Amino acid sequence: MAARRGRSAGLIRLALYGIGLVPAVVSFVLGATNRLGADPVNTFERTLGLWALRFLILSLCITPLRDLTGVNLVRYRRAVGLLAFWYALFHLSAYVALDQGFDLHTLLADVTTRPFIILGMVAFTILSALAATSNGWAIRRLGRRWKALHRWVYAAAICAAIHFILSFKVIRVETLLYGLVVAALLAFRVYRAAPRRAKAPPV
Amino acid sequence: MRVFRYPSPPPSSITPHALWLSRRDLLAAGAAAGLVGGILPSRAARAVDLAAQPGPLSGEGLKPTPLRDVTHYNNFYEFGLEKTDPAERSGDFHPRPWTVRVEGMVAKPRTYDIDALLGRKLEERIYRMRCVEAWSMVIPWIGFALRDLLAEVEPLGSAKYVAFESVVRPSEMPGQGGVLPVLDWPYVEGLRLDEAMHPLTILAVGLYGQTLPNQNGAPVRLVVPWKYGFKGIKSIVRIRLTDRQPRTSWNVRAPDEYGFYANVNPAVDHPRWSQASERPIGAGGGFFGASRQLTLPFNGYGEQVAGLYAGMDLRRDF
Repeated sequence: MAARRGRSAGLIRLALYGIGLVPAVVSFVLGATNRLGADPVNTFERTLGLWALRFLILSLCITPLRDLTGVNLVRYRRAVGLLAFWYALFHLSAYVALDQGFDLHTLLADVTTRPFIILGMVAFTILSALAATSNGWAIRRLGRRWKALHRWVYAAAICAAIHFILSFKVIRVETLLYGLVVAALLAFRVYRAAPRRAKAPPV
Repeated sequence: MRVFRYPSPPPSSITPHALWLSRRDLLAAGAAAGLVGGILPSRAARAVDLAAQPGPLSGEGLKPTPLRDVTHYNNFYEFGLEKTDPAERSGDFHPRPWTVRVEGMVAKPRTYDIDALLGRKLEERIYRMRCVEAWSMVIPWIGFALRDLLAEVEPLGSAKYVAFESVVRPSEMPGQGGVLPVLDWPYVEGLRLDEAMHPLTILAVGLYGQTLPNQNGAPVRLVVPWKYGFKGIKSIVRIRLTDRQPRTSWNVRAPDEYGFYANVNPAVDHPRWSQASERPIGAGGGFFGASRQLTLPFNGYGEQVAGLYAGMDLRRDF
């Protein structure tokens, strides 16, 4: 029984990766065959970044979902989080290779002087550290420190949401909504972590 | 003795050549099918062919961006924030009837009817267009030098700047409503008088041989090829000569990101991205079609315009 459950969870995880990578594959094929509009590189970059943020947000939804509804999807959280990392990596690669053509001078200036780019890079660096320590060996090895390390995902989400808002010339409703969702998910954590005030003792 | 003047119909009432031809096709097709009808496509009626001389100031060796990209990938926030919004959401806009008021510090203020503007001697100018967002196009505009229009109203000696104002019609321009305030409407722009009088500065009434489509700033817009695209205010209703530097929409919105001058300058970056290079639009071939190209000072028009800014610190006055 337990074995079968384990196997079906494994299949679902595999399906998650498969389905999760569809937007990247589809837009890559469209872009490579000139069907991604007038500015294909820019469209591709933005699509990948948006999906990175979406998966990051999904990974943050799993705990509140369990606490509020009892639906426990924690066994899929690693897959969702890794999808966020992979999309962030694709997003960065598209920027470095397709957009800037490995122009190191521009890239160096970007990551050292532009807050917009720095926020994106901070989010990516955090996600990389979390992805690298998302295996069983690292969890055992890090012990209690693992949890502390993986709380950095909150910082990554904040940086990613601001990076998204700044990626347009004007503040857009859509980007603000993503920012609000991130803020609500973090507020939930703060609320849960706050010490409960004891009820006034009966007199 | 009175001189007889031949009646000359305004350009807007002349059936465009392409439409005239298509009407014959339609009649032929109707006859072939056994029905004869006077159905005309209403959208096709908008674009009118314009007769224009090739201008001497077109760039050498420039390959125009495909018409489809020029008309379906651009910014015109009055119709929405997406690059595809202007083409998709400008169908309700009425570029006629239309007048442009030219006033302020001039001896002879005038109101121009759009037909009078379309009836002027028009030139084709193939210009580079560099967007502040680091993409670029080459567009074959049709228009006339702004200086010729300004000469007619006779600017006073006290006039130092030219202020431009765009139309406000929330019922026809869905981007002028919206949840979040994007820009203050009307969209406003400005030039120094010497910039406005420069022969490269034109008022465009068409592109690719026809009147401007709604999404590209119909019926008349400004084109200043050595400045970032947002200086090219669209759907102009008012031009005012003044002695004060006019407010400009993007500068009001984010003064640290968009200056009054907004000259294309690869050495002065936008705070969020580099301006050193640009993505040419419409090269085709998807990801591997065209790589970035270097952005030129004054968008390649430095030889003609750099003198306007002699002695100025263009990092400060960006």
